[in-house]
Amino acid sequence: MKRFVIKEFLHIFRDIRSMVILFGMPIAQVLLFGFAITNEVKDVRISVIDQSNDQHSLALTQKLYASGYFIDGEDIPSVTLIEEGFRKGVTKMVVVIGPGFASKLATGEKPPVQLIADASDPNTASLITTYASGIISDYSRGLMPGKGLPVISAEPRMLYNPSLKSVYMFVPGIITILLMLVSAMMTSISIAREKELGTMEVLLVSPLKPVEIVAGKVMPYVVLSFINAVTILVLSYFVFDMPVNGSVLLLLAESVLFILLALSLGILISTISNSQQTAMMLSMFALMLPTILLSGFIFPIENMPDVLQWISLIMPPRWFIVIVKSIMLKGTGIAFFWKETLILVAMTVVFLAASVKKFNIRLA
Amino acid sequence: MQTSEYAIEAHGLVKKFGNFVANDHLTFDVKKGEIFGFLGANGAGKTTAMKILCGLLLPTSGKIKVAGFDVYTQTNLIKKHIGYMSQKFSLYEDLSIEENFRFYGGIYGLSRKQIAERTSTMLKKLDIEPLRKSLISSLPLGIRQKLAFSVAIIHSPGIVFLDEPTGGVDPITRRQFWEMIYEASEQGITVFVTTHYMDEAEYCNRVSIMVDGRIEALGTPGELKKKFDATDMNQVFLKLARKAG
Repeated sequence: MKRFVIKEFLHIFRDIRSMVILFGMPIAQVLLFGFAITNEVKDVRISVIDQSNDQHSLALTQKLYASGYFIDGEDIPSVTLIEEGFRKGVTKMVVVIGPGFASKLATGEKPPVQLIADASDPNTASLITTYASGIISDYSRGLMPGKGLPVISAEPRMLYNPSLKSVYMFVPGIITILLMLVSAMMTSISIAREKELGTMEVLLVSPLKPVEIVAGKVMPYVVLSFINAVTILVLSYFVFDMPVNGSVLLLLAESVLFILLALSLGILISTISNSQQTAMMLSMFALMLPTILLSGFIFPIENMPDVLQWISLIMPPRWFIVIVKSIMLKGTGIAFFWKETLILVAMTVVFLAASVKKFNIRLA
Repeated sequence: MQTSEYAIEAHGLVKKFGNFVANDHLTFDVKKGEIFGFLGANGAGKTTAMKILCGLLLPTSGKIKVAGFDVYTQTNLIKKHIGYMSQKFSLYEDLSIEENFRFYGGIYGLSRKQIAERTSTMLKKLDIEPLRKSLISSLPLGIRQKLAFSVAIIHSPGIVFLDEPTGGVDPITRRQFWEMIYEASEQGITVFVTTHYMDEAEYCNRVSIMVDGRIEALGTPGELKKKFDATDMNQVFLKLARKAG
């Protein structure tokens, strides 16, 4: 048994491909999602059409650019040229300050400020308009302190993620995907490899019990997946200042539960595939895509059609993401997600039982 | 059971998959230290019978003992006393010779010292000591095949099962490989070998020929040639196959 685990580790360390998947992937993913694929608003190019050109309109323009969210896009001299600006992609939003801004403010007339955004990218559009209206209402409040309601009263407030950092949303998803990938895909491939090379026959003829073979194959991946989960957490803590608000111990325990679940799925896949390629394809299509698409990681489950919502109920990652978010972002304890935990436990038991049964049938 | 002169005793071995009869009342004995050839065309039921003897499959009926143990109830004991080598050679290509020996020795419960000793003797015998640390993937097919055989008998089993061990190997290496088989047999290891090559059948002490799930002929190569009035085993085999067709 000890020999078996040593051998399995040797396989992993000898194979550059699996080493890259095991250790390069988590780091690359976290950094990619963290830095490149952000939903944050930063340095978005906007243009201002100022038809007043008075002291207040200039000050407001200044304030927009000073926020750090926006930078000066190409100058658009007239309202009629806005569409052309969007088409050329030189600006993402145009702020139109109507004529007589300062005088209207003085008389108490509410001067209109139009925010015209390029909504071909709806996420960014809605984000930047929200930001801009926030800045504008802040400005109007500063003009008339204590005078009741501001001119525009947009006040976006983000629960749990006040600075709208998208990495906070991505880390739980990445942990889930990676644990799924490493645990399920790598084990199913490594068991399928033994079958392909014919070494599985020899193992089955040996005095090792099937349970020992499976445990020996799986053990290294439990260890490596666990190291991976810790790496992601450490990385997100130091690189992105992402805190773990709840209990770290509980988070790790839940991770181990999820790893076991993914491993039993991996064994199940390997029992029905005879080559490494089949195992890889199966884990890709049966595990990875649903994990990414149906778990609520990228697309909100609430917005899905009913049928997909029902399907997402049987996706293990869906429940795990809820747990990770609860612990990391909300800092809540087991009392708030015992139901999700129980679902994961039940799924693990079912999959393990099924894969052990399948493994034995194949023997007989 | 220790006193029995037979390594394998099969009486009326039947294996059915649904309505299909893969093995139809096979009866044969293999003496200790004998080289027993198990011949037959593809699909004749060789592999099924071999799996049953190795304790991987349960027979439907029949009285079968391997190394003195019952195949219904003592499969674990059987597995400890047999070695197995498949057509695919079954060594880990990304591990070195030494690591392969250590792994296979380990799963048969040999001690570190025993493994080291046997590895050295076997490598010396094959005259490839300097390659001890090379990966299997870097070795030629012939050496891999001999190593696979060495690994299959590393725990000094009573019986070694060879499933088409010479597939895809050149004639010279096949010849050398059979020398290794003879050597093992001289040490008292019973050799149970399946093969396609009829010339190899001549090397066996006794052979059985399976056709459509039944044993159609059993005896020494000399006896069979006389019985079927043939000059070599190839002719024996063709005559049997024609009769079945």
